[in-house]
Amino acid sequence: MKIFGRLVGRGETASGHVAKERLRLVLAHDRTSVSPALLETLKDEIIAVISRHVAIAADEVRVTFSQNARESRLVADIPLLTRSKRRKR
Amino acid sequence: MAGRAVTVTSGKGGVGKTTLTANLGVALAMQGQRVVVIDADVGLRNLDVMLGLENRIVYDLVDVVEGRCRLRQAMVRDKRLSELFLLPAAQTRDKSAVQPSDMVRICDDLREHHDIILIDSPAGIEQGFRYAVAPADGIIIVTNPEVSAVRDADRVIGLIEAEEKGPPRLVINRLKPELVKRGEMLGISDVVELLAIDLIGIVPEDEAILFAANRGQPLAFSRDSSQAGQAFHNIAHRLLGVDVPFLTLREPGMFQRFLGFMGFGEDRQ
Repeated sequence: MKIFGRLVGRGETASGHVAKERLRLVLAHDRTSVSPALLETLKDEIIAVISRHVAIAADEVRVTFSQNARESRLVADIPLLTRSKRRKR
Repeated sequence: MAGRAVTVTSGKGGVGKTTLTANLGVALAMQGQRVVVIDADVGLRNLDVMLGLENRIVYDLVDVVEGRCRLRQAMVRDKRLSELFLLPAAQTRDKSAVQPSDMVRICDDLREHHDIILIDSPAGIEQGFRYAVAPADGIIIVTNPEVSAVRDADRVIGLIEAEEKGPPRLVINRLKPELVKRGEMLGISDVVELLAIDLIGIVPEDEAILFAANRGQPLAFSRDSSQAGQAFHNIAHRLLGVDVPFLTLREPGMFQRFLGFMGFGEDRQ
């Protein structure tokens, strides 16, 4: 199916798909006036605050938008370091 | 029963607001509604030429606002449909000549003797958009399946939500089914998912719309000669609360399932 999709120009690289993915991000930023730069700042500060209290995997922290109809929310995914993981580091 | 005011707007220019307004006006009048279409694009009027009524204008919207004539005197009756009227925009003035309260007052007058008042909004989100939306009981957002048009539509939807006008309804115009099928154009389900408002119509790209504009004879007059003409009539029905199924759009010579590329089938993504 995937090969067929590619033959007729579909798949992830077809421009319609690219348009949709780009719009998803653009609309999320437009609606909330939260810029990608602000997202980065938020992420850095969240990391700073949380790691003062618990050990986290700072390089795996993700701060993203989630869209549900016309509602946007900020989602922070912060992996905690377990004891065993911490030893490995 | 008092008439309803419906504003057609889009944010971005050139997506087909005026074409939709003209065709909806014709379709609604053909369905027995008493219709007034208002060209709110002061300074850049075009609804008159779309309807082929440009030679019959005496007074305009700004003349009414500034008291140089009565409302009735400025309204042009379409000779093809006795219950279709045009209130033209002024061509030599700008949008600062009209206030939101003027439009509210004019529409309140019109509601007494007409069932539907369609307002063709100017592009943009400034004064013209503000006064076009002010009297609306309902709003139709027109967009094309393109990044810039969808983005601007989203911006306008946000502004309308803030005004508490009720949820706007979406028309996707200039859809090219063959491009959607190849994955090279946003599909209907994509646009609806991104904008997250209810769909009221889909109009396929159709060169007959250009020919109709050339003649000043909206496509909706001959509803069965084209899919686009039929699409306008379907939108008119839905505006009146009649549940009409969406068209099965097809490319010339090909019968493809419309639901497939709408995203309800398994065909796409």
